[in-house]
Amino acid sequence: MSTVDLDALVKRSYQHGFVTDIESDTVAPGLDEDVVRLISRKKREPQFLLDWRLKALRHWYGMREPHWAQLRYEPIDYAAISYYSAPKRKGDAPKSLADVDPKLLATYDRLGVPLHERARLAGVAVDAVFDSVSVATTFKDKLAAAGVVFCPFSEAVQRHPALIEQYLGTVVPYTDNFYATLNSAVFTDGSFVYVPRGVRCPMELSTYFRINAANTGQFERTLIIADAGSYVSYLEGCTAPMRDENQLHAAVVELIALDDAQIKYSTVQNWYPGDEQGRGGIFNFVTKRGECRGRNARISWTQVETGSAITWKYPSCILRGENSIGEFYSVATTNHYQQADTGTKMIHIGANTRSTIISKGISAGHGQNAYRGLVKIMPSATGARNFTQCDSLLMNEHCGAHTFPYLEVRNSSAIVEHEASTSRISEEQLFYCRQRGISSEDAVNMIVSGFCRSVFKELPMEFAVEAQNLLAVSLEGAVG
Amino acid sequence: MSGTRDTAAVSTPAAALLEVRDLHVRVGGQAVLKGVSLSVRAGEVHALMGPNGSGKSTLAFVLAGRPGYEITSGSASFEGRDLLTLAPEDRARAGLFLGFQYPVEIPGVNNAYLLKAALNAARRERGLTELDAFEFLSLVRAKTQLMHIDESFLGRAVNEGFSGGEKKRNEILQMLVLEPKLALLDETDSGLDIDAMRIVANGINSLRAADRSIVLVTHYQRLLEYVVPDFVHVLAGGRILRSGDRSLALELERRGYDWISGQAAA
Repeated sequence: MSTVDLDALVKRSYQHGFVTDIESDTVAPGLDEDVVRLISRKKREPQFLLDWRLKALRHWYGMREPHWAQLRYEPIDYAAISYYSAPKRKGDAPKSLADVDPKLLATYDRLGVPLHERARLAGVAVDAVFDSVSVATTFKDKLAAAGVVFCPFSEAVQRHPALIEQYLGTVVPYTDNFYATLNSAVFTDGSFVYVPRGVRCPMELSTYFRINAANTGQFERTLIIADAGSYVSYLEGCTAPMRDENQLHAAVVELIALDDAQIKYSTVQNWYPGDEQGRGGIFNFVTKRGECRGRNARISWTQVETGSAITWKYPSCILRGENSIGEFYSVATTNHYQQADTGTKMIHIGANTRSTIISKGISAGHGQNAYRGLVKIMPSATGARNFTQCDSLLMNEHCGAHTFPYLEVRNSSAIVEHEASTSRISEEQLFYCRQRGISSEDAVNMIVSGFCRSVFKELPMEFAVEAQNLLAVSLEGAVG
Repeated sequence: MSGTRDTAAVSTPAAALLEVRDLHVRVGGQAVLKGVSLSVRAGEVHALMGPNGSGKSTLAFVLAGRPGYEITSGSASFEGRDLLTLAPEDRARAGLFLGFQYPVEIPGVNNAYLLKAALNAARRERGLTELDAFEFLSLVRAKTQLMHIDESFLGRAVNEGFSGGEKKRNEILQMLVLEPKLALLDETDSGLDIDAMRIVANGINSLRAADRSIVLVTHYQRLLEYVVPDFVHVLAGGRILRSGDRSLALELERRGYDWISGQAAA
């Protein structure tokens, strides 16, 4: 397969979910160097990036899919995936919202993505990724006034190639793991953020990812750089329409915080989880990692995972700078036949580095929920501290919770604490609430929200509300 | 505690608020209630006494609708409606309140949040508008003072880290806010020191009214010195063996439960 097959443009109407009926520019399935060159050419990328992609692809050929996670699924046929899909556009990229396909905007509307005036009122800038190409970006001007760069990755490649070349792959190298390597070879778009020295980003940055076209893998690449003394809060929301076949999603997110910088990265993930029999749903194999590269840097990951058939995700922090801080707050829900193997890695390298891990796993239906976390204290990390708390809540006797904490302490001055609990949602608590006139559905939501409270309070306000609603929807009928 | 209320109850034998008839209940295959009948009219205060394991708490739980109890025969109605077919939340919204003997902790759930949700559920049922946070707080504030509860209590998680006495006072606070038609108070007096007992009794008494009934489930007659009942029933071995007025409680105190059990056996 050597070139884009224009006949493969898909145009059909769908009955399920709310697949947007627009023409897609999709390459035929399969992966070889020609596909990688094609993607790079379509993006008009500089040579260094093409070379990097090709190195990744060659490395990937020698890798095997990892199977150590507590997950079961049918083998993924990587040759059957189409590695590029872009909405077909009249002429060049849209210059304003008026140029954006109205059907696309309608889709965002159903997803609740705040565009137009709503966005400005909410103070949210949205870089909306539709399949693989960013189609609408708001508030660039206001951000530009502050010197903040927030744009699609492909645009950053054109406009800030030096930053890309300097930072890309420095936290998650192209050799990192099977999925990250695959992503490095074929990533199509994503978001790029650069916050200059001493700047506090004037608004929350938000990206909504959405998988639309059938049989297209999603390979986003996000790179966020917080220069010395800067601050940025980034929100990522994900949804996918209902569809029968499983879809692969293998994103990479790299965060870099320099001296005294802080990055707060919040995710509400609501990919299609499959139906009640476990058919369909997104396979989410994501590599997220941040590096506190400077002194007193701070990176916080907050995630609420309610979707996906399979979640394989370990947002991690490399605490290189002295006194730097890494945080991981997670709520992961599995219902029906969903499986999640998620957690974090905290790698303490600098002296007096601190990390906090709060993980809340909720299992319902036949869901399987695993926490997997590594706390690694290197010999140089004198005075390092970690606190880990892992709680699991079981909604019935069919679901499961598993905890795999790994500890590697190579500096005797380190203090590492781990607390874990597993509990059933108690009949006593439910009855108590119902006796006070609260319906059993509301009581479950109240108890579960209470269980998740220490994570929810880390989310920006409007996201916390959305997270609670999502949790309520995903656990609907979980307790009889 | 007015005499007119008693007179009203006697002179107009209105339909009972709660009518329990020959109720038989099994728990885990074991017969626990073996034919309990109880009639509570509006405005009355009843005390249900009895030794441990006599079925007092079971009766309270069954009336409130706790799952896990098998009702083999008999009936219970509330304002003429069949109580036993209603979901627990519907019983609560209809005006039935259970003060728990062991209030459960609900980590992470704000005490005020639960109470506001409960109150608004009841208000919706009655066709009233829901209270917003401000209206709710000003309503609750007065009640917390009556119960000698610090306002910071409201911001804590439900019953989490509360002392035994605090839990009981919180139950009564909830009752005062929800203003039920029928309050079943399951051993609200147990574990209270004398000062807490007075506070709790004050709270209960403040709610006494001609259109409201209270059933005190208690082991000792101590509480009854503060909340004087109109009727006293003795439950033992799953049956009400004896009913009387306040003097029955005093006699029980003097002669012990063996006195009643012995009589029943004879």
